Amino acid sequence: MKAMSKPWYAATLEWVDARFPLTKMWDEHLAKYYAPKNFNFWYYFGSLALLVLVIQIVTGIWLTMNYKPDAERAFESVEYIMRDVEWGWLIRYMHSTGASAFFVVVYLHMFRGMMYGSYRTPRELIWLIGMLIYLTLMGEAFFGYLLPWGQMSFWGAKVIVSLFGAIPFIGEWLSTLVRGDFGISDVTLNRFFALHVIAMPLILCALVVVHILALHEVGSNNPDGVEIKKKKGPDGVPLDGIPFHPYYTVKDIVGVAGFLIVYFGIIFFAPEVGGYFIEHNNFIPADPFKTPAHIAPVWYFTPYYSVLRATTSEFMWVVAIGTVLLLLLYWKEFKGAWRLVVPVAALALVGGYFTIEAKFWGVVLMGLSVLIFCALPWLDRSPVKSIRYRGPLTRIALAVFVVSFLVLGYLGTKTPTVALTRAAQVFTVLYFAYFLLMPIYTRIDTTKPVPERVTH
Amino acid sequence: MSDEVDKDRRRFLTVTASAVGGTGVVAAAVPFVAYLEPSARTKAIGGPVEVDIGKLQPGEKMIAKWRGKPIWIMRRTEEMVQDLKGLDDRVIDPNSDKSEQPAYAKNEARSRKPEYLVVEGLCTHLGCSPNLIPEGAPDAPEVDWKGGFLCPCHGSKFDLAGRVYSGMPAPTNLPVPPHQYVSDTRLLIGADEENPA
Repeated sequence: MKAMSKPWYAATLEWVDARFPLTKMWDEHLAKYYAPKNFNFWYYFGSLALLVLVIQIVTGIWLTMNYKPDAERAFESVEYIMRDVEWGWLIRYMHSTGASAFFVVVYLHMFRGMMYGSYRTPRELIWLIGMLIYLTLMGEAFFGYLLPWGQMSFWGAKVIVSLFGAIPFIGEWLSTLVRGDFGISDVTLNRFFALHVIAMPLILCALVVVHILALHEVGSNNPDGVEIKKKKGPDGVPLDGIPFHPYYTVKDIVGVAGFLIVYFGIIFFAPEVGGYFIEHNNFIPADPFKTPAHIAPVWYFTPYYSVLRATTSEFMWVVAIGTVLLLLLYWKEFKGAWRLVVPVAALALVGGYFTIEAKFWGVVLMGLSVLIFCALPWLDRSPVKSIRYRGPLTRIALAVFVVSFLVLGYLGTKTPTVALTRAAQVFTVLYFAYFLLMPIYTRIDTTKPVPERVTH
Repeated sequence: MSDEVDKDRRRFLTVTASAVGGTGVVAAAVPFVAYLEPSARTKAIGGPVEVDIGKLQPGEKMIAKWRGKPIWIMRRTEEMVQDLKGLDDRVIDPNSDKSEQPAYAKNEARSRKPEYLVVEGLCTHLGCSPNLIPEGAPDAPEVDWKGGFLCPCHGSKFDLAGRVYSGMPAPTNLPVPPHQYVSDTRLLIGADEENPA
């Protein structure tokens, strides 16, 4: 007699599994991926970032069906999508709101990592890959912002591309190479379109896969900063771990619901968010001969834009004093030949501050203010990971950083006055102090005892 | 035959194969980078432009388009040119030593003919286009304003020779593009004796 035959779906799965590791992958990344059981609110933003990526890709594909990457027709084609294409307004607003939502979610995701020390050993690479994702996302957003070919698209791109011009010797060549023309033109629009819809999304998706693979290799951190893999049960499963599916897939659905309420609330009731998500000037077609009265990038770039504007020739004195102070503070760290190399380099740097124009150093400081996040795993010298078990110094420093980031972001949207520039300079100093003084305050700060197992 | 692996031979082959392959990759990158450079058509569109300046009245400014940039041609009055000297100590680079201009425009009036100012109308800070504010205008940005240009983005001020005032975000004076007078009333922008079209 024939043994009871398997149901067709189990047989199909068996057939597939013999040819492709489907069940193996499902188990590895979902059903048998054990995540700490104490994830809180802040752990929503990783999966939400993935959701926004999907929304952007889907709405983006739909938009390209009617968008024309042509300086003569781009602006008009966006208005056409908004007015004449069935549901075009929804797809377009989902995409424009999605861009801002992406940055909101990613900033909160990064803040989570900073709070709970998720960048610390053994998760340095996850953090660095995350930074690569963030940089790619910035490129993606920048290229995409030119496409509606409004006044702010045009002049924003002009200002940002001209930043490359500040690089000595190769600057002019490089900005012409980026534009493909002597100014922002149809040529530039066409290539930014190519980068926005093909190159950047491909890189983004690949990096997201690498980010998740790296995470699942070492396992997730948690609000207590305790390694759950240190305490395993007899079955080899961490005692404080629960399978990602169904526990966190279900939990994340709650986050998704909350997110969608806010996201569609904005889309339906305030898609421009008072000029912060879509700037007012972008409803005027690009005019290369008429500068808008006020140029500012979209909100998610403004903290860095503030750093750029804060760097005046006067401010270089502050940078010079800062460089010398850092040299003195960290003098003990340098041994042997470094005791000669580092001061000479610092001296050359200070010399450069006053011989090369401040505009160049503004670009350098702006770049540094983005890239400095990469150094966090090595700047943090605290014996504990999570903010829960750190002392007052680290908590105050993190608060100062958050306030600086927000204030710089706000100032970057405003027309600069003498007072506002001064404020931007103060907060630029505080912003960098958070990072550059971190090895000192994390080492001398008090800590609380870290529990053996995660808490609830 | 020996079963031993000849490790030296293997290393040599790996290194040479990598080197040859690497050279190929670098060579293959050349067309991809060159593709991004301005094309022949873009360069042709970016060629010199000839403009008629015959109708320009004293004190008037016109805008020509060259390489997608606004080129200002301003016919200055004698008084405007005279006033420039008095501003030498209020501008950052009075003799245009650090600024960009052909040798024939590196002079007091920053021009080939003192009467005509020919400059790129883009702020040297971040490329916005400044506005002309004449002397005595109600919105003059300085006391004793002799007429000049004000950038709406970050507030850089320039005099009527395109020289930037001290303490502004813009680091240098407005660049003067290569240009030459074909006749008394016709100006060629983008080419001169040294850079023929």
